[in-house]
Amino acid sequence: MSTTTGFFTDSTLCIGCKACEVACKEWNEVSADGLDWTGYSYDNTAGLGHSTWRHVKFVENRTEAGKGGNAADLMSWEFSSDVCKHCELAGCLEACPTGAIVRTEFGSVFVQPDVCNGCSYCVVGCPFGVVQKNTKDGRAFKCTFCYDRQKAGLEPACAKACPTKSIMFGNLDELRVKAQTRLDDLHARGMDDAKIYDPRHTNVGGIHAFFLIRGSEKTYNLPPNPEVPTKYLKKGWTASAIGSAMLVAGAALAFLVGGRS
Amino acid sequence: MSDGRFRDSAERNRVPDWASEQRIVELRQEAEQRGIVLDKGVKPEGSPFPRASEETGYYGVNLLKEPQWTWEIPLYFFVGGAAGSAAVIGAAADWIGDDYKLAKHARWVATAGAGVSSALLISDLGRPARFLNMLRIIKPQSAMSVGAWTLAAFGTFTAASTFAKLVQERWDFLPVKIVANLAQFASAIAGLPFHNYTGVLIGATVIPTWNKNIETLPIHFGMSGVQSACAMLELLGHENKALNLLAMMAAGWETYEGVHLEKRAERELRPLKHGVSGWVTRVGGALSGPLPLALRLAALFSGSTRLRKAAAISGIAGSILTRYGWVHAGHASARDWKLPLEITETETAETKPIGEERVEGLAEKIG
Repeated sequence: MSTTTGFFTDSTLCIGCKACEVACKEWNEVSADGLDWTGYSYDNTAGLGHSTWRHVKFVENRTEAGKGGNAADLMSWEFSSDVCKHCELAGCLEACPTGAIVRTEFGSVFVQPDVCNGCSYCVVGCPFGVVQKNTKDGRAFKCTFCYDRQKAGLEPACAKACPTKSIMFGNLDELRVKAQTRLDDLHARGMDDAKIYDPRHTNVGGIHAFFLIRGSEKTYNLPPNPEVPTKYLKKGWTASAIGSAMLVAGAALAFLVGGRS
Repeated sequence: MSDGRFRDSAERNRVPDWASEQRIVELRQEAEQRGIVLDKGVKPEGSPFPRASEETGYYGVNLLKEPQWTWEIPLYFFVGGAAGSAAVIGAAADWIGDDYKLAKHARWVATAGAGVSSALLISDLGRPARFLNMLRIIKPQSAMSVGAWTLAAFGTFTAASTFAKLVQERWDFLPVKIVANLAQFASAIAGLPFHNYTGVLIGATVIPTWNKNIETLPIHFGMSGVQSACAMLELLGHENKALNLLAMMAAGWETYEGVHLEKRAERELRPLKHGVSGWVTRVGGALSGPLPLALRLAALFSGSTRLRKAAAISGIAGSILTRYGWVHAGHASARDWKLPLEITETETAETKPIGEERVEGLAEKIG
């Protein structure tokens, strides 16, 4: 069995208490980012970023009996704690020119703060919009998967703080088995729209922090087909070579035809 | 219905009319007949309430992060494109055109460009003092790493070539000549990827507008750089016909590129046609495509230097605007939350906002 660890976030167990957000901020000493109201729901965190490594989504949707457990005339209400996905093939890691972003012994994707120079190329390399540059500090930040805690043999702060075990931490292979068992159980109980979000059909090749959600992943702002853009590099460099050939041929021809002095 | 803003009675003094009284009567009738009034009365600020769903995504919050490059980067794309092209043009002028003065000035443009490029790139970094971290490793799968090394190589060879050629002017010995020509060759070779790699750099990202164009961006940016380099040398006073021909090729390509972009209807291309980014890109396209092409054609037949200079200024302005337009379009593209979630326009339009539905549901319940 591999030493790779993972997060299995089961949104059907999340109660939206935000203990994970708070524990993450406190343990990692992440900078404050103000108290702003989004205005569209009770989710006032809005999304992941350089100062938000765990983000509880408040999924408010049309009236649907049995979904969210509310009365029939009220909108359904679900919660899901989002986090860096620690992709099998990580866009940020591929893009990083300094080697600041590395794969740890736990299989997670880690930004070494003493190497990052803030070029922000990882920001446009992440298909999940997770990593971001702190423009005051000048470096890029994202979830570290509590690398420091894991090295000390502890579970990440968010998983430890979670009161309902919605955030489960452990060996990735074991978690995947656990998730399948949970999914089968939910299906057996009639929760037919439950499904696991772990994109393995694209070149992301699976994520180490995967989710159990209900209905469409689009509702949770999770892309159906996330792609690591390095797969287009071959096309790009081919075009670059063609452009270079055009310049050489054009310059040579121009000076041969009209430029000899 | 009010717009949600509270007005005190002193501020408003509404004159009753037929419509206002009819509306009040309508409300009374509804209350009498149904025992309940279902109209909302006011439209609260921010309503209808957004919701998270398969059709509306997560309240329309964009999934992708916007690029975080500062103003230096589009300018770097411009300067780098021109500098890389100038090195190649200089080598061609030296070895094929025998125009040594033009070659010398092209080397100077390339050297100055390499210096300015480095300064712009370093100044954009969140931690400028850590630029050297770019040179810790060589990473072929990172276009940023390849670009940093290309810039380092280009700057070194170009400065070496300029210096060696200066030495050669005073002491024309064979070893000096060999070194100078080798350096010039290396500078031109490094100039080739340097003049258009920025197209690969932004193409190999998750930003839909950029990614969708990865096959055309390197040539587009490259030709833009070629035209700028020719234009700079013309503005320095060179009238070598080759510069006009080469710039015509570039302007011709930019015209083709502009038409090609206008003809394509993919949603990913919308920021290149709409909004501020659309206008900047289009004006940039016109200034670096059809306008200089026409001016240069006219100059070719009339031999007018003034027309060529006008074309040169237009080409440079167009080239700068093109880079700013594309980078700005990348920002707009990241904000289009529907694209990464693969939600089409029609799906969203048909979805009823949450407030409406609650009222309808209530009506059914009451019957």
